[in-house]
Amino acid sequence: MMLARTVEVSRRYGDTLALDRVTLDIPQGGVVGLLGPNGAGKSTLINLLVGLRRPTSGTVELFGGDPRDPASRRRIGVTPQETGLPSTLRVRECLEFVARHFPDPVPHGEILDRFGLNDVARRQTGALSGGQKRRLAVALAFVGRPRLVFLDEPTTGLDVQARRALWDAVRTFADDGGTVLLTSHYLEEIEALADRVVVIGHGRVLADDTVEAIRGMVGIHRVTLTTGPEAAGLPGLPGVVGVEHADGRTSLLTPDADQLVRDLVHAGVPFRGLQVQPTTLEEAFLTLTGK
Amino acid sequence: MSSLVLTHARFRILETARIPIAVLGGAFFPAASMLFFVVPFAGDDPAGATYATASMVMFAVMTSSLFTYGVGVSGDRAQPWDPYTRTLPAGPAAAFAGRILSGLTFMALSLLPVVLIGWLFTAATATAGGLLLSVAAVVAGALPFTFMGLAIGYALPMKAALAVAQIVFFPLAFGGGLLSAPSQAPSFVETIAPYLPTRGAVELVWAAVGDFHVSATSMISLAAWTVAMAALAAWAFRRDEGARFS
Repeated sequence: MMLARTVEVSRRYGDTLALDRVTLDIPQGGVVGLLGPNGAGKSTLINLLVGLRRPTSGTVELFGGDPRDPASRRRIGVTPQETGLPSTLRVRECLEFVARHFPDPVPHGEILDRFGLNDVARRQTGALSGGQKRRLAVALAFVGRPRLVFLDEPTTGLDVQARRALWDAVRTFADDGGTVLLTSHYLEEIEALADRVVVIGHGRVLADDTVEAIRGMVGIHRVTLTTGPEAAGLPGLPGVVGVEHADGRTSLLTPDADQLVRDLVHAGVPFRGLQVQPTTLEEAFLTLTGK
Repeated sequence: MSSLVLTHARFRILETARIPIAVLGGAFFPAASMLFFVVPFAGDDPAGATYATASMVMFAVMTSSLFTYGVGVSGDRAQPWDPYTRTLPAGPAAAFAGRILSGLTFMALSLLPVVLIGWLFTAATATAGGLLLSVAAVVAGALPFTFMGLAIGYALPMKAALAVAQIVFFPLAFGGGLLSAPSQAPSFVETIAPYLPTRGAVELVWAAVGDFHVSATSMISLAAWTVAMAALAAWAFRRDEGARFS
């Protein structure tokens, strides 16, 4: 079942074309990672999907209807930016306010438990730490028992432990059949959670595939090794497109890692600690968005 | 739907009430004006004190509407919480009605000291029927200013909204003759007042509590202002998609 989709959607702000004929399907199930540099059009795309803005041209559908119709938004959950929580309201009051908008909200106690907010339930949001605000913001997205959740930078500013806990919550939701559209600055987060990655740049969809496929798109592998001091200069090997040195180790970037290893052995280069890795999502991302 | 309106109103009132100085601030200006300008000058004359108190009531209504809605709406639009609430499955009507309900609550709070001071420290009088009528008059007179505030709030960013509310507020108060008794304002004020919404609004209150007959010109221009401001507010509301962003 299709939860949300855009067909040939463009959005213009004055002279700026923020989205340029974007077509995107979000079927039920799984975590979709939305990647793109700042200003690529991620926020605009999300704003169109949650009904905050109208497209300049093209169609946006949410649960088969217009996202600007409140009824279409009954099964979605959205995170506010944590800087925007009403500072004089208490945590429980924020949950209650949001819950009143939904026909069958999750009881407050359950949400407080799930997001570790029990101890601060009676505190005004202005008095929360950055991490607690972030957790409350994410919790608000789950109050209405959504089927599709929009998480915009959910773990920015969280420590490692809190981030892992939040990842678990997102994964549990996805395992139970929930669907998530996730944006993040942390590519590690997308790699850990997303089943599918949509890369956006200059208002267009540059790539839309699994994490592995996106990584593979670049087609480059990283061969890392430690050479002895006597072989400080590696012979010029064919097929090496880049060389990096870090922490006393050398990384060779190549489209054909197998051949490179054979060449290294044939050339009689002394090396140890050989590692062959696919490129990271970050490298793929930078290549795709043209940096 | 109606319970959602109450929810919005309740949380709005809660938010403001937790900053007591904001509530006090709204009530201070009209109450202080009463003490400084009405009590010493018109305190002993029943008719004069009654009219002056009514004028101060309208003065409070205008300030409260222009600033609560003008600055309040504009400030809210700049906060990320506002776009978030618009992603919740409810149309704008509940939030809108909730805002008006909370605005009326704080307006009533700022009127209370004015009426109390008028009752306790001046010779102002009003019958129970007159008081009831004046509530209706206040609500009708508040309409153009409510719409004006909403138009400012939805059309302008916070700092501009504050400036415009202040700029609009003084000529309306002075020009409309709020700061003088009926037919005792400077002659140029008497000339322009009937064309300003303040005059029509305060005439309604004067007529409710005293022996005053409203003028047709004032009533027609009050109605015209109300319609024009409502149209302006509707236009600004439709045009608004939240604060512009990068």
